[in-house]
Amino acid sequence: MAEEKRPRKGLNLNRVDMPRQDPKERIKNFNEVALGYTEEMAIAEAERCLQCKRPVCIDGCPAEVKIPEFIKLVTEGKFVEASRKIKETNALPAVCGRVCPQEEQCEILCVLHKKGAPVAIGRLERFVADYEARVGAVEIPELPPSTGKRVAVVGSGPAGLTVAADLALMGHEVVIFEALHKPGGVLVYGIPEFRLPKSIVQREVDYIQKLGVKLYCDVVIGKTFTIDDLLNEEGFDAVFLGLGAGLPWFLNIPGENLNGVYSANEFLTRNNLMKAYLFPEYDTPIKVGKKVAVIGGGNVAMDAVRTSLRLGAEEAHIVYRRSRVEMPAREEEIENAEAEGVIFDFLVNPVEILGDENGWVKAMKCIRMELGEPDESGRRRPLPIEGSEFIMEVDTVVVAIGTGANPLVPSTTPDMETNKWGYIVADPETCKTTKRGVFAGGDIIRGSATVILAVGDGKKAARAIDQYLRTGEW
Amino acid sequence: MFRVVRKREWHPTITELWVEAPRVARKYRPGQFVIVRVDEKGERVPLTVVDANREEGTVRLLFQKVGKSTFHLSLLNPGDAIADVVGPMGRPTHIEDFGTVVCVGGGVGVGPLYPIAKGMKGAGNRLISIIGARTKELLILEDEMRAISDELIVTTDDGSYGMHGFVTDALKQVLDRDEKVDMAVAIGPAIMMKFVARTAEPYKVPLIVSLNSIMVDATGMCGACRVSVGGTTRFVCVDGPEFDGYQVDYDLLIKRQQMYLDKEKEALERFKRQHPEAFQGVC
Repeated sequence: MAEEKRPRKGLNLNRVDMPRQDPKERIKNFNEVALGYTEEMAIAEAERCLQCKRPVCIDGCPAEVKIPEFIKLVTEGKFVEASRKIKETNALPAVCGRVCPQEEQCEILCVLHKKGAPVAIGRLERFVADYEARVGAVEIPELPPSTGKRVAVVGSGPAGLTVAADLALMGHEVVIFEALHKPGGVLVYGIPEFRLPKSIVQREVDYIQKLGVKLYCDVVIGKTFTIDDLLNEEGFDAVFLGLGAGLPWFLNIPGENLNGVYSANEFLTRNNLMKAYLFPEYDTPIKVGKKVAVIGGGNVAMDAVRTSLRLGAEEAHIVYRRSRVEMPAREEEIENAEAEGVIFDFLVNPVEILGDENGWVKAMKCIRMELGEPDESGRRRPLPIEGSEFIMEVDTVVVAIGTGANPLVPSTTPDMETNKWGYIVADPETCKTTKRGVFAGGDIIRGSATVILAVGDGKKAARAIDQYLRTGEW
Repeated sequence: MFRVVRKREWHPTITELWVEAPRVARKYRPGQFVIVRVDEKGERVPLTVVDANREEGTVRLLFQKVGKSTFHLSLLNPGDAIADVVGPMGRPTHIEDFGTVVCVGGGVGVGPLYPIAKGMKGAGNRLISIIGARTKELLILEDEMRAISDELIVTTDDGSYGMHGFVTDALKQVLDRDEKVDMAVAIGPAIMMKFVARTAEPYKVPLIVSLNSIMVDATGMCGACRVSVGGTTRFVCVDGPEFDGYQVDYDLLIKRQQMYLDKEKEALERFKRQHPEAFQGVC
């Protein structure tokens, strides 16, 4: 393999598999499921890249990663250089390599995809980022002279970290305020250890701090400081709001406040941020019964259901009102859940949660659904089948149907517009809000979405903030 | 890190700490609370703020030792640090000159009640305060409440001090008088607030209660603190902690507060084995 560097003749239509922990073993631990490529695997996969003259894969990457360039460096065994190439535009390669839905972003556009499997861009990104960290070669690029401008970034999730890194690389002074006690936002409270180890998030945060970004945890903007405090008393020239998810949505059915009913946010936060899986060594408890039902079909639902298995559930169900093809979760996560023994109840919708005399969940009353005409989302609308109600015995229910907007900042910033759902109104190209000097991106402007869309907002916002700081024009 | 600067033991089960948290102290207003995490492995627990000293940059926390976290906190001495003190959380109390206000506090509920009562008095209200405890030794903040109140009634369940009876008995006496009461505020155990609501309802006095549900992030993200108010699900951390006392489903609140009783017991027993000194004088 080594001597023949670029076998361009004939297309290799099969990607190199990435090793994973055996499903039987992995449901007993919280260690990462995917184990990553070896050097040989990475080179072999990288050599499948056709190095297109006009690479369309980049069009699918909100983080603007120079995909063919970094992959070429991989084929040459220059893994550290490959990682630095990614970091020119994306400060979170180890995170994005793991949790981006590449199959819908860059990989779907790969020309190989027309004939077979696209290049495993995400796996390569992850490999080079991990390689760089493993060999201790993480290096800080040269920073431009200070512009003397100060930017407050609210929230240290993917949007906030990206905007902070990009602005630091442009020479601005950046301070991140995080409400929780640990930085990372959804990357630490939401995504489980087995999909994204917290040490990797910390590594990316460390890198951003090495770029000169200051980080303060335990500061709740909207409470500890208002936006006007930041712009006036605290002397910031601009503010970026990456507030993330807000209050969880529930189904509005009877019984949702019974004990044993969790929102996915609470279930995952207890386990990921607070480490309830290590109770009583860690103080925060979590209650998981023998039979768990997770309602919803997105990535968060997959994370919750797979977490419940690892916490000892004997039976873990996904209860979803549409069918498998409409599920918004990544195919890879659905397959992982299936391999781990999760039971999928499609075309089923809960109508009531039933409790025992002590206020604990004992069952769910559900109704069967069928698919009708497509709705506004383009997916076929699920309709209840009359008379098909049935009782499903469960002792834990996790509601994973999305989140609304966090009210803390909007409620204390009356001169900044929100839409009818409470999300902050922001220009899709510049992330400018209706309040001068204030920008916003990530879930707080569009509702529950993906890490990579938040990263993309961060990049757009950084550019717009830079321009605003340089010109003073709003 | 947030350093403890002063400590007072009110009772073997009730501790007060003044903690350095300048940013919180600057913004704190009556009715708000903080989230505290004792150390790297700690839970995020909501605690009452009794007072704030802006010049010193400190907040005054007062809590009853009920579980592992509060027993652990009670072991801290001046100079020791708490991992996290976050806030001020929740919406401040709406304070204005209503006329005559009755403030009712039970047990350590007198802690969060005190700054609200002080605020009400400062706004020009005539202030009638009723504070109660199971027994004399568990009564807190009596002198401070007396100093700000036009009238203070103390009750103990066992009759060891003040009026023998519950705060609801004293409240009924006040409401039966020939004096118009314009507003009532009640803070204490959920069961007490439930009975305060039952007592006050026939008199049609507006009633505010402050709820102490279980929380995790307390920033409006997880939904652990949800309660039912007027049949609608509300979130104590961002919509509260204060709600219309007649609209709260107290039975649901009590059940939800008990969700982790077995786990809390396990954690407490474990801590007792590791730190028997925290349990001195506690039966």
